[in-house]
Amino acid sequence: MQTKKPVPLIFELSSPGRRGYRYPELDVPETPMEELLPKEHLRREVPKLPEVSEIEVVRHYTGLSRLNHGVDVGFYPLGSCTMKYNPKVNEDIARLPGFSLLHPYQPEETVQGALKLMYKLQSYLTEIAGLSATTLQPAAGAHGELTGLMLMRAYHRERGEDTQRKEMLVPDSAHGTNPASAMMVNYKVREVPSDARGGVDVEALRGMVGPQTAGIMLTNPNTLGLFDENICEVAKIIHDAGGLLYYDGANANAIMGYVRPGDMGFDIVHFNLHKTFSTPHGGGGPGSGPIAVSQRLQDYLPGPLVSKRDGEYVWEYPTKSIGRVRSFFGNFGVLVRAYAYIRSHGPQGLMDVSDTAVLHANYLMRKLQDDFDLPYDRHCMHEFVLSGKRQKNQGVRTLDIAKRLLDYGVHSPTVYFPLIVEEALMVEPTETETLATLDAFVEAMKQIAIEAAEEPETVRQAPYNTPVRRLDDALAARKPVLRWTPRS
Amino acid sequence: MANPRDYFYTKDHEWIHVKGKVCRIGITDYAQNELGDVVFVELPEQDTIVEEGEGFAVVESVKAVSDVYAPLSGKVVGINEALEDSPELVNESPFDEGWIVELEITDESQLKDLMTADEYDAFLEEV
Amino acid sequence: MRYIPTTSEERQHMLDFLGVDSVEELFDAVPDRIRTEKPLPLPDALAEAQLMRHMKELSESNVSCEHLVSFLGAGSYDHLIPAVVNHITSRGEFLTAYTPYQAEISQGVLQVIFEFQTLIAELTGMDAANASMYDGATSLAEACLMACNVARRSKVLLPETLHPEWVDVVKLYMENQDISVQMIPWNRETGTMDVAALHEDAAGDAACLVIPYPNFFGVIEDVAKLSRWIHDAGGLLVTAADPVSLGLLEAPGAFGADIVVGEGQPFGNTMNFGGPGFGFFACSGSKLIRRMPGRIVGETVDTEGRRGYVLTLQTREQHIRREKATSNICSNQALNALAGAVHLSVIGPQGLKDVAYQCLQKTAYLKSQLRDIGIQAAFSGPTFREFVVQADANWDEVNKRLLDHGFLGGLPLGERFPELQHCVLLSVTEARTKDEIDRFVHALGGLC
Repeated sequence: MQTKKPVPLIFELSSPGRRGYRYPELDVPETPMEELLPKEHLRREVPKLPEVSEIEVVRHYTGLSRLNHGVDVGFYPLGSCTMKYNPKVNEDIARLPGFSLLHPYQPEETVQGALKLMYKLQSYLTEIAGLSATTLQPAAGAHGELTGLMLMRAYHRERGEDTQRKEMLVPDSAHGTNPASAMMVNYKVREVPSDARGGVDVEALRGMVGPQTAGIMLTNPNTLGLFDENICEVAKIIHDAGGLLYYDGANANAIMGYVRPGDMGFDIVHFNLHKTFSTPHGGGGPGSGPIAVSQRLQDYLPGPLVSKRDGEYVWEYPTKSIGRVRSFFGNFGVLVRAYAYIRSHGPQGLMDVSDTAVLHANYLMRKLQDDFDLPYDRHCMHEFVLSGKRQKNQGVRTLDIAKRLLDYGVHSPTVYFPLIVEEALMVEPTETETLATLDAFVEAMKQIAIEAAEEPETVRQAPYNTPVRRLDDALAARKPVLRWTPRS
Repeated sequence: MANPRDYFYTKDHEWIHVKGKVCRIGITDYAQNELGDVVFVELPEQDTIVEEGEGFAVVESVKAVSDVYAPLSGKVVGINEALEDSPELVNESPFDEGWIVELEITDESQLKDLMTADEYDAFLEEV
Repeated sequence: MRYIPTTSEERQHMLDFLGVDSVEELFDAVPDRIRTEKPLPLPDALAEAQLMRHMKELSESNVSCEHLVSFLGAGSYDHLIPAVVNHITSRGEFLTAYTPYQAEISQGVLQVIFEFQTLIAELTGMDAANASMYDGATSLAEACLMACNVARRSKVLLPETLHPEWVDVVKLYMENQDISVQMIPWNRETGTMDVAALHEDAAGDAACLVIPYPNFFGVIEDVAKLSRWIHDAGGLLVTAADPVSLGLLEAPGAFGADIVVGEGQPFGNTMNFGGPGFGFFACSGSKLIRRMPGRIVGETVDTEGRRGYVLTLQTREQHIRREKATSNICSNQALNALAGAVHLSVIGPQGLKDVAYQCLQKTAYLKSQLRDIGIQAAFSGPTFREFVVQADANWDEVNKRLLDHGFLGGLPLGERFPELQHCVLLSVTEARTKDEIDRFVHALGGLC
């Protein structure tokens, strides 16, 4: 991690004529080009890909990897992202040729194992959600949100209410994707305020619903890491107004085996398999965002789903399907890993996951509450939010605290989110960290709090031990350089 | 940075400098400070007709976006093209070189709804 | 349990510190009446060895392209992947990182994406590219939304020669934003968009025309003419390009594309039963670049003047602009894009040309061998890596028999295109050998 030597761009290693890979010789008789492609279709300018050898490629990317933090490298308490350990055996499993070398249009009889896996995963997620049916198609959490809202529109449309139900309610503590997803289906977003305990302000909500309400998007536990005690009341208000409830499953790591979103009154739930079910985040993706729905929505699901007929697994399209939200069936490679994760845990194992995630978060929260402001003082679930308000008054911003943490070999918590907490620091330790790691984090945070009070400039100039020092975001945005350009 | 005494102001932290029928508009020092490093300014097209209260330009910093609302109705007769290459002028010289748009106003009576420098100073005290 | 390191002593230590008797107490905000009483009805936990045995059983009850010789394409392709790709993408530093929010400890992923953006921009002949999208179909849907946004129009022209699943995805996205989609018919003779149907005012108030390049039937459209036509009508040209073909075919930027999207799976990614691969998204001109969806990485410097990379132009995105964002997307397919970048880097410009040339030649070879046994190509237009043949046969039946011979046959088209009842879409990549092609032709000869 602490290699300070910059890695040149792969393009800067290029030497004309050097090659890193050779395709087999062409073994079929050649047809003259002019018989195959009219000249006007031929490419005139060769794309400037790098010309490098295999060893250069390996050293280049190995060098880059060493500039990168990951769960395999160190603690990653990034709130709302559930950066837990990604089991290695699941990587081996996903690479089995019987999974990785399947073509999506193979005849059903040749892919019974894959279909069975998807069928089982559909049913496991349906159970964990406490709902009726699940599609595995959405490619990520935000994509699941979009899919879920499309289902809402289809549902209201069939009841002749789509033109009138145009408002999506979103709490002020919501993930940014929620309002952005609502915009993708032409819903108007109305922000619901939070109450003093960090939950939905029930009285305000009551005054906001009506025949214009399409539904509400909620995370529970919410982005403050708090379970909304009034969830049943919220569900009743929305349902009585004719709306539907969408569950943003980003925080599902807190609840497995304890409470199911369906039982809370939700109609649609997405799971981030890359969070709760430990599939690796890959530096930003691939994710997977299956959604489970209640009975009244299952006929609208995107298709195809896997069903079982006469002992065989087959593709089936729901009767009133909205269509499809991506090509093929979803990020199957991610589904394989999530399936393996669930099978390696079983019901008790998943409950232990949530149980320990919650224990770890509460332990950290209480260890840190004297050194940082704690805006909501109650038991948290799998994550919690601190405020850097005190440090701000000492001249140190939350961003500075985040950067200083990097010097300790720790990824920083999520910062400046949720928006309703000033100078927010959102910490999610996950269940897979040792007590020693948690304690080391506490020590680092305490040390930074002392520094902020005694030598704020040290914190303001951080980080020091990272491959590069603080980077100039403003320059990047003012004069965007988005690609390498050859020197002429 | 002191707010120029001969300008008018809005609660959205915009300033208006009236020169006859043409009003030059920008954002105040307070506003640029809140936004942080300005990285991009989206300007309207020349001759666009705008209504009072309508968003007609956008000022972006690294991590925030702020709409600029027309404080008066009128026609866009000037845009500060220097901002295309140097958006940082909004930070460096908010009341002068960092101006954003010039409007030829249609309804002078709207001017009386604006704040004077004294009123704006008092408004900032409360914020 | 498996991945929880906490010992019972440590648990007790934490509970004591918190002053609670059990973790249960920490869940006091969950109302009793909705608590899950019974254990979740899931199968019991498997130890690693048991899990592996179970997963092998599942995987081996599939017949994969490790054993089948595939002539099936239609959006997912059996290409050769250099061994080095898997080794790089397996590195934990890449695999187990999240979106690079803390740039100072994420220079690896950030530089990879910057290089990836460059590779895509080079490949497509465009000014800039983003960090990747979910897949080709959603990338195209986002391109159409962006075109409507930029052109301030709300109609999209989609050809029926586009992959049917992509048509479905685009239609669904547009319908939900009240944007109309007008389908453009195709010519049964050439297998390309019906240019005659594109009279002067057909574009009307269209925001964009989509050109699949090559199209779903493997045929190359008359891109130059279509480009002039849509631009004259004041719309944007969106090209959905097959990245492998760009080793030989003219870059979309060169014939005036405004936005280029596509599915990147052929580079570095196994078929994975349809996903994950990665979608790519490129465009030209600062006006469009500032409206691109998704993550974008830019170059900058640190406080000591060293070159470095950050996520940039973030004000377009959901976490800042919320309901005014250009899209709701907040991830990319970083690991798959890394695979694509490693693949493209190691093969270089010559390898890219080789792979495209071999696809073209091997496809032409299969086409001519089939012609010799009386199975004709359905269209006259030039093709790249795929082509449609027609024969008086029940292709579902033929495909079943081909399986017995170890071949994965082409995609029958009758279901989606009623006028192509006896037609099948075949694909030949560089991974196929002459011997495999000859045996396939022989087997088909006995079945049709």
